[in-house]
Amino acid sequence: MASLVGSRVERKEDKRLLTGKGRYTADINISNQTYAVFVRSPHARAKIKKIDISKALKAMGVVEILTGAEIATDKIGGLIAGWAIRSEDGSEMKVPANPPLAKDSVNFVGEPIAVVFAESLDEAKAAADLVNVDYKVLKGVINTAEAMKGETIHDGIEKNLCYDWLLGDRKAVEEAFAKADKIIKVDLINNRCIPNAMEPRACVVDYNTASEEITLYTTSQNPHLSRLIMSAFGGVAPENKLRVVAPDVGGGFGSKINVYNEEIVCSWASKKIERPIKWVAERTESFLTDTHGRDHVTHAELAVTNEGKFLAFKNETIANLGAYARVFGTVTPTYLFGPCATGVYIIPAAYTNVKAVYTNTAPVDAYRGAGRPEATYTIERLVEKAAMELGIDRTEIRMKNFPTEFPFKQTLVHTVDSGDYVAGLQKAKQMSDYAGFDARRKKSEANGKLRGIGVSSYFEACGIAPSAVVMSLGCGVGLWESSEVRFNPTGQVSVFTGAHSHGQGHDTTFAQIAADELGVGLEAVDVVHGDTDKGTFGMGTYGSRSLAVGGIAIVNACRKIVAKGKRVAAKMLEVSEDEIDFKDGEFIVSKSNKKKTIGEVAFACYLPGSRDSDFKSPLPEGEEPGLIESSFFDPANFSFPAGSHIAEVEIDPETGEVKVEKYTAVDDFGRIVNPLVVEGQVHGGIAQGIGQALHENTVYDETGQLITASYMDYTMPRADNFPDFNLGFTCTHATSNPLGVKGCGEAGAIASPPTIMNAVIDALGGQEITMPATAEKVWKACKVLKKKNAKAA
Amino acid sequence: MKLSGSYQINLEKQKVWESLNDPEILKKAIPGCEEFKKNSDTEFTATATNKIGPFNASFTGEVELKDLNPPNSYKIKGSGNSPVGFATGEATVKLEDCEGGTKLIYNVEANVGGKIAQVGSRLIDMTAKKMADIFFGKFSELIAPELKVFKPDDGTQIQVSMNKSLENLFNKKLVYSLILIFLTFAGYYFLA
Repeated sequence: MASLVGSRVERKEDKRLLTGKGRYTADINISNQTYAVFVRSPHARAKIKKIDISKALKAMGVVEILTGAEIATDKIGGLIAGWAIRSEDGSEMKVPANPPLAKDSVNFVGEPIAVVFAESLDEAKAAADLVNVDYKVLKGVINTAEAMKGETIHDGIEKNLCYDWLLGDRKAVEEAFAKADKIIKVDLINNRCIPNAMEPRACVVDYNTASEEITLYTTSQNPHLSRLIMSAFGGVAPENKLRVVAPDVGGGFGSKINVYNEEIVCSWASKKIERPIKWVAERTESFLTDTHGRDHVTHAELAVTNEGKFLAFKNETIANLGAYARVFGTVTPTYLFGPCATGVYIIPAAYTNVKAVYTNTAPVDAYRGAGRPEATYTIERLVEKAAMELGIDRTEIRMKNFPTEFPFKQTLVHTVDSGDYVAGLQKAKQMSDYAGFDARRKKSEANGKLRGIGVSSYFEACGIAPSAVVMSLGCGVGLWESSEVRFNPTGQVSVFTGAHSHGQGHDTTFAQIAADELGVGLEAVDVVHGDTDKGTFGMGTYGSRSLAVGGIAIVNACRKIVAKGKRVAAKMLEVSEDEIDFKDGEFIVSKSNKKKTIGEVAFACYLPGSRDSDFKSPLPEGEEPGLIESSFFDPANFSFPAGSHIAEVEIDPETGEVKVEKYTAVDDFGRIVNPLVVEGQVHGGIAQGIGQALHENTVYDETGQLITASYMDYTMPRADNFPDFNLGFTCTHATSNPLGVKGCGEAGAIASPPTIMNAVIDALGGQEITMPATAEKVWKACKVLKKKNAKAA
Repeated sequence: MKLSGSYQINLEKQKVWESLNDPEILKKAIPGCEEFKKNSDTEFTATATNKIGPFNASFTGEVELKDLNPPNSYKIKGSGNSPVGFATGEATVKLEDCEGGTKLIYNVEANVGGKIAQVGSRLIDMTAKKMADIFFGKFSELIAPELKVFKPDDGTQIQVSMNKSLENLFNKKLVYSLILIFLTFAGYYFLA
């Protein structure tokens, strides 16, 4: 039987998703449901003096209106930060309370204050307009770089500083800098992005008055984690009385990791009003309240020799957390950022210092790549600049500093188990016809255009993560993953996973893995996820972890099934267990033609009835009936995908428009289970990264109003912004898991922003501009370049 | 946002000043105005209700006059609230004699928030500027006949610089809606 792992199997889920048969949260309706509309703050920072709901309560169709006062009375807990980060001086991070409904103060535009439940959506909206909130408006703190100088947002959190974190050795870095031939410096802004999942957030809550169980249908990347947080911290209901279902979810990108205010409020309220509740975000609500991504201000320096050897690296970053610290909010700019900021290079000394600040803006949390895109942008801008200033070819300077022996002990934190960075960059050079660039540049110039080339090499730590490590770094839970595999008596297999698919294609890739392990057809395997009432437990999907952690739990559970099958088959075939080989779904007695299929064994495990008076149980003594196994997998290390991307852009100096002409990506994701799915992930990641580099930007005005809160003002990349992506792969197996897989979900978004920006800056003759490189900025830079060139001539 | 401009009204300064402090005239100049109340010599409240896009919004604006120096200048502090958002701001208004009448100069610093900012921010500067023009156009139209009554023996021809295209804009629903949104801004100008 040919192996399914490694083959281009078409996605099983696409048929329903592409024919409109997906079942999303907003598709769910429960009879007698009420509709929720949230009253939100129009101010970035204000004290709430009074909330008057009297007029709204009398409005047509209103069932109930609840505010922060009731939440407080019922002692419903708030939203949480999942990682505890310590400052350089040893002090604990400062985290403000974040109640689900603001009671005394509001800290960003869109923060919910009250909620109206009505018989129809229109009635709920109309009544919400009648809720009168009296504010004392205060001066907001908006700008990332200036946040520490602003008024104190949260009582007791001085300078609006959550923590002042250090990773690395300042002294060693300073010593190395003193010996350097040259110091390369960059000042960078990693622009704030709004995740913009195609499906806006939504929840439908059904409280069962008989069983007192709450069922929450919601748009989550991690339903089990949501239940855990809502029970342990929210106090909404005990875990055994709370079922969280995340059905089809239309994209997450990190923005659906958090348990949000609306989910907590609606779950709590459903029990209170004893009615089902439906809430679906409008697009502007998504813009305002989904967790945003990135938003760093960085000064970084690289000490180099004249020959282009890297000696030391320093990184001083201010990271904007927004108004509150959320689940991955505090770890994203620290342990997901700092260790990767030295990139794929041997750099003997390094440090990263991050000051995380609160501002009166939407909370910032993980966004595709989470910390690693910011890290890669920092080091890859420095390296490209170093190549330019030293007059060394940009690929040569990289290869000069690549490690060639693995495992590679990276400067900060990680030991990278496997990789071949030289092979990746060489392949990318060859695939992109790097050598032919000069000719293409001349051709562009002949047409009055500017052409630039950019390279970036990255590695990332994903497959998050080894529990022992993440717990030692401050994570509130271990990040293992679980699976349960049920081999049904009639031959089909149900694979339950704690990972969650919201576009990743788990129905297909996980089925491929299980089908291979069990020797059954792909069609016999069903992957079940997204329901806390089904399967064991799970930490969910983020950090490119589903395959490298969740997939391995499936492998291990399948192997337990096979192991039990072997014991049962041995009894059935009347041989000893070690005489049996399992291959392609059959238990075969070596050197004989005696065999049992796994289907026959499974059937036997469930003890089918027999009229044979001589009946002997097929189960060995002490063996329990049934064929169901589970596994909790906790990897020994992160996994470390790596690669090199090369882009070419062409700029029209008359309009400033940047056209991506060529994009080559060579990635090492370890073993690839389904090339089709992996290519899709890489395409999506690159597109998202190019979006950040050229189009997307989140703008708050000086008073904290989000003025990019619709698609009129927030530019999403479109298909016609991209060339055909030229993808290639190298493969070194991960050693931390039996499949040798590494994870591919975020790599594209990690590598592409610096690749594109390096190309744009190259085209502009080294002139630095900030992301996004919009036509306006580029056009201005073209003017400067023209003047400079005229002067030189 | 910041906004500034000037307007020429072919009337003498004292008369312009008086008219700009007359609630009845101002009420007529404000689109959709239901109430324009003088709470004290320096405080006014204005209410207007209309459909603004998909919203059925009742806008309430509070206006306060400061640093009065009649008939030359003052400051106006205003704020307007509605379920679709709010606007707050301060305007300095100066009246200067000029050939054939009075020159009115305004400087506004204002902030808008809520849905107006989220959905319409790109239109705000442009619309506010247009609003100012529309308001003064309407205002001039309104005060011209009154002044004819008050000054029948004045032989000079009163010219009201009314822009016809602005008047047309005024009748369009979209602009009309936006006008309401920017009632607060208008507040500065009516009082000016």
